[in-house]
Amino acid sequence: MGRKLLTEHINVEGIDTFEVYRKHGGYRSVEKALKTMTPDEVVEEVKKSGLRGRGGAGFPTGMKWSFLAKPEGVPRYLVCNADESEPGTFKDRQLMSKLPHLLVEGMITSSYALGANTSYIYIRGELLYVLRILEKAIAEAYANGFLGKNILGSGYDLDLYVHPGGGAYICGEETALLESLEGKRGNPRNKPPFPAVQGLYARPTVVNNVESIAAVPVIVNDGGDEYAKIGVGRSTGTKLISACGHLNKPGIYEIELGVPVEEFIYSDEYCGGIWKGRDLKAVVAGGSSVPILPKELILKTAAGEPRLMTYESLSDGGFVTGTMLGSGGFIAMDETTCIVRNTWNFSRFYHHESCGQCSPCREGTGWLEKILHRLEHGHGNERDIDVLASVAKQIEGNTICPLGEAAAWPVSAAIRHFRDEFEWHVRYPQEATRPGAVFPGKAVLA
Amino acid sequence: MESTTAPVKPQFSEAAKAEIDRICKQYPEERRKSAMLPVLHIAQAEFGGWVAPEVQDLVAEVLGVKPIEVYEVSTFYTMFNLKPVGKHVLEICRTGPCQLRGSDELTAELERITGAKVGGPPSADGLFTLKEVECLAACGFAPVVQVREKYYEQLDTEASVNAMLTELRNMVHRPALPWEEKGLPNAVANN
Repeated sequence: MGRKLLTEHINVEGIDTFEVYRKHGGYRSVEKALKTMTPDEVVEEVKKSGLRGRGGAGFPTGMKWSFLAKPEGVPRYLVCNADESEPGTFKDRQLMSKLPHLLVEGMITSSYALGANTSYIYIRGELLYVLRILEKAIAEAYANGFLGKNILGSGYDLDLYVHPGGGAYICGEETALLESLEGKRGNPRNKPPFPAVQGLYARPTVVNNVESIAAVPVIVNDGGDEYAKIGVGRSTGTKLISACGHLNKPGIYEIELGVPVEEFIYSDEYCGGIWKGRDLKAVVAGGSSVPILPKELILKTAAGEPRLMTYESLSDGGFVTGTMLGSGGFIAMDETTCIVRNTWNFSRFYHHESCGQCSPCREGTGWLEKILHRLEHGHGNERDIDVLASVAKQIEGNTICPLGEAAAWPVSAAIRHFRDEFEWHVRYPQEATRPGAVFPGKAVLA
Repeated sequence: MESTTAPVKPQFSEAAKAEIDRICKQYPEERRKSAMLPVLHIAQAEFGGWVAPEVQDLVAEVLGVKPIEVYEVSTFYTMFNLKPVGKHVLEICRTGPCQLRGSDELTAELERITGAKVGGPPSADGLFTLKEVECLAACGFAPVVQVREKYYEQLDTEASVNAMLTELRNMVHRPALPWEEKGLPNAVANN
């Protein structure tokens, strides 16, 4: 049984109230940081912890913090990215709705470290009910002297607000999020300048995922070195995995990084195997944008090593035989799943969510969806598969933000690993489009 | 939408005005526009589940921005309904993880029961609008439907679907928001 650093108390009755949360050790990190540490010492602990951004990119949080510009007399901001929208990912919603004070505590300690006196939690608009929960927790923190002026007599002031989005995946991209927070369309900004220099209202800003911020209290309480002892290599600490799809026990699991993928899928401690007694066909391990892998490659690397739930092990083999940990959105597909249909679904998603600024993405995602739609519906032709691969390639690297890559990677990977199934759709459209049709295997193409 | 009277300029309720004032204070004074999305959410809740052009103009007035600045935002974000809707808008998640657990079948079932079509006008009784949306971040509890601020999860049985629809049919007022004493009646499209 792995350690639970974030979710140990998640099922305690009343843990969403200040009183109960406090009884279970809540807000200790605020006391410790504000009374005994300088802001830079807090940053140092986060650096030592090796914590990597939990939103998907995996960039070291402490390093991101150290890039924040600190010109004299200019306010700076911490903004929490609670725009959780990557298909397959639902950990932040759970964390915020059940443990709102953990995020509030993390925001206070982190804001202190960064010298921010106003901070925002940008939450996706669909989660207005969670915004209400957070606002209640924030009001309790104010009432108990953990927010507002002169917190705990330290001389440090902080105001914390929650801001809802309006329904747009792109606002999970940090500069689109800032545009949205300014009351505009969520169009990502050109970089540089990076938010660390010119972010919200053109002021220096750090944007961090909910789960990253929630890890800060434990890092401050126990020390960065202790945190770094958990995990494997550069994948330190614990990670929330959102498990969904054809699993016996979908849900949120806090794992110590390093659990073998096979154990995660099949053991009763985690997902309990594939539903209906079926076999596993494929997994998308880190949210819809990361490359899909067939069963053989998700359980073992190309070299035959057991694949582990770490940033490094999941990406072993690059995109040829590997994938990414991403946001930890773990989507399992059983043997009856149609990969063409699933890929079309994801392409429809990215086309729908493209903001339309960059033509390679705006037009390219449209073509991906259109071609995949006709393949899935039995109207594809021999050239379509290569055209798909080529369109995906032309989107990659040619857009302002990573939505382009996010749209291209799932298509490229599906063709790389499941090309036979696409060809089956072209050559045997009647069989392939029959309701409930299951690809019978490569032999059918011989 | 047949109207027999001259259009009346919409006005926020006193409770909503107070809430908008509270929200605007969260941003620097010269950055009142930041309150755009929260105020649009309030407007949609106040005026029957959608934001008519005159409601958007009211939002512009309240925020001190040009109407175009509201239109360009309301048309970008998918949560804002730009046409009249039924009493309850069922937002059905259609993205991969929900599709793997039966969202296509759920959509077909909801179309059959309510008589409304996804993307079409409300059902004949004015009760339901069906809308397909992208990932709602509830993939482990698929398939999922959102109605206003509530998530209905694991709608993979007849019983769970019926329970949701019965609850909605019996709802006279929408649930009250934190700044309201009680919920408003939902406007029914076309009346």
